[in-house]
Amino acid sequence: MTESTLQAVPLEKPRNQLLSRMLSHRGLVIGAGILVVMVLAGIVGLLGLAGDALKISYQSRFVEPSAEFVFGTDHYGRSIFSRVVTGTHLSLLIGISVVAITAVFGVLIGAIAGYFPRLDGLIMRCMDALMAFPPIMLAIAIAAALGAGLLNLIVALGITYTPRTARIVRAAVLGVRNSEYIESARLSGASDGRIIVKHVLPNSMAPVIVDLTFVFAYAILAEAALSFLGVGPPPPVPTWGNIIAEGRDYLVDAPWISIFPGLAIGFSVLGLNLLGDGLRDVLDPRLTSK
Amino acid sequence: MIEVILRRLISTIPVLIGVSLITFGLIHIIPGDPAIVIAGPDASVDQVESIRQLLGLDRPLHIQMSVWYMNLLQGDLGNSFMLGRSVLQAIQERLPTTLLLTAYSIVITMPLGIAAGLLAAYRQNTWVDTAVMSVALLGVSVPSFWLSIMGILVFSVMLGWLPSSGYVPPSEGILACLQSLTLPAFSLAVFQIGLLARMTRATTLEVLRQDFIRTARAKGLAEWKTVAKHALSNVMIPIITVVGLLVNVAIAGAVVIEQIFVLPGVGQLVVQGILRRDYPVIQGSILAVALILVLINLIVDLLYAYLDPRLRND
Repeated sequence: MTESTLQAVPLEKPRNQLLSRMLSHRGLVIGAGILVVMVLAGIVGLLGLAGDALKISYQSRFVEPSAEFVFGTDHYGRSIFSRVVTGTHLSLLIGISVVAITAVFGVLIGAIAGYFPRLDGLIMRCMDALMAFPPIMLAIAIAAALGAGLLNLIVALGITYTPRTARIVRAAVLGVRNSEYIESARLSGASDGRIIVKHVLPNSMAPVIVDLTFVFAYAILAEAALSFLGVGPPPPVPTWGNIIAEGRDYLVDAPWISIFPGLAIGFSVLGLNLLGDGLRDVLDPRLTSK
Repeated sequence: MIEVILRRLISTIPVLIGVSLITFGLIHIIPGDPAIVIAGPDASVDQVESIRQLLGLDRPLHIQMSVWYMNLLQGDLGNSFMLGRSVLQAIQERLPTTLLLTAYSIVITMPLGIAAGLLAAYRQNTWVDTAVMSVALLGVSVPSFWLSIMGILVFSVMLGWLPSSGYVPPSEGILACLQSLTLPAFSLAVFQIGLLARMTRATTLEVLRQDFIRTARAKGLAEWKTVAKHALSNVMIPIITVVGLLVNVAIAGAVVIEQIFVLPGVGQLVVQGILRRDYPVIQGSILAVALILVLINLIVDLLYAYLDPRLRND
């Protein structure tokens, strides 16, 4: 053994270690950067700083991308840049809301199924039944039943993606349920609720956080597809999906109407996928294949 | 083996019950009076009442449910308002198109996705790995409906190689049929190839870490033999289970893609049903698709049990 290996390594706090592992993961940093850009674009869109997305100008119909209109204009002379940036906050809002619904219900359902074996079979068969439907098909059927609109779209996507998260939470809970520290908490008289909240969930969170990042990405893709089909927020409210749908009729003469919102979707989902992959590598090394 | 098959068959029953219950419940989550919503804002009182009677919404819930299950067991999915005939008939006409599109996209996906994943795994941490995985990541990030519009722009409008829409049934010529489905199938396949490549890479790396691979290498076996004889067979078995997931993804994608390319499939039927508030059509179509997916997953699982010697010889 050489002398150098015996030298004391300065101890780092686990939290600092995690942060430095995150910062040294290239994909994670790029993904987080893209998310920051999205949030900034969302704020700009929300405050209307990117111009009026609804302003009609017949003099400037079908203007190609130029210095004045960076992404060009559509058949009403509306700026595609303004519309894409304004659409960002809706996509973010829908994505975050779906993640919130999925997180709350997925964790609740998954934790109950994993912790109480008697309820496990019934709950998971219900989840299996929901997962038997192709996600977009289930979402459009629910959204159509509830009626077109932002809130109903969020509820539909939330119902669609909850079973997936519940399944992951359940697996994670099953993994720690019989650990010694859970046993000792039980012996010390802690209630089931307290054990789940204080001990089981914090130790099962890594795969859930990773999964929710992907749910965010799926929600953005699904929202775009649903808006494209006309089951989302109705026009003239700009969403990435309905801008692409409107541009379809002018594909030959004004392809930029559809190109830019599509790139915005791809860019955002790429960022979230990079973030999800990176978080998985850093938070849950067992799942990674490096 | 027989026990595995039986256990798997029995586990399908509660899923089927759940799927049928969810489909039945769909009409009851409509806020307010479903009959008024379905009839539309301009409908008269008589029209609303006739829809209520047609769908049996005037009867108590438990009667509605028993009628629904009785009809379902006889293969009766009700009648479509917009098509004026049985939903089952409409689905039967349109299912082949969707299944053909799905199958075509999976035939494209399997070799490309597996090859890309294997290549990336064997060249792990090299530029080849980075390049292949970056493309795969792009594949799972770009929405397939946007990709298909871009495909129309490039391959139909600019190059004139492929038709931009329309469907030629196989009875009018296999080649023309494949040509009409090529652009839609590739649009669907891009996402799936990315997904499969990422999964294949992860599975392969897992297998390459196993002791038996180290033993094979240690005893001096040629690298290609190690890969072909020992690694590949162990990679392929878990990959088979992914087929179920790929079909699920493909059918979900087909809902939108069929709309873009005006393909007369089940996806288009669902969307038309939604736009016309034709609930028997919506219920029937998503039930049919879910049943097919349950069946495909069952077949895949049984195939998996058959191929895995540990389960087969058990």
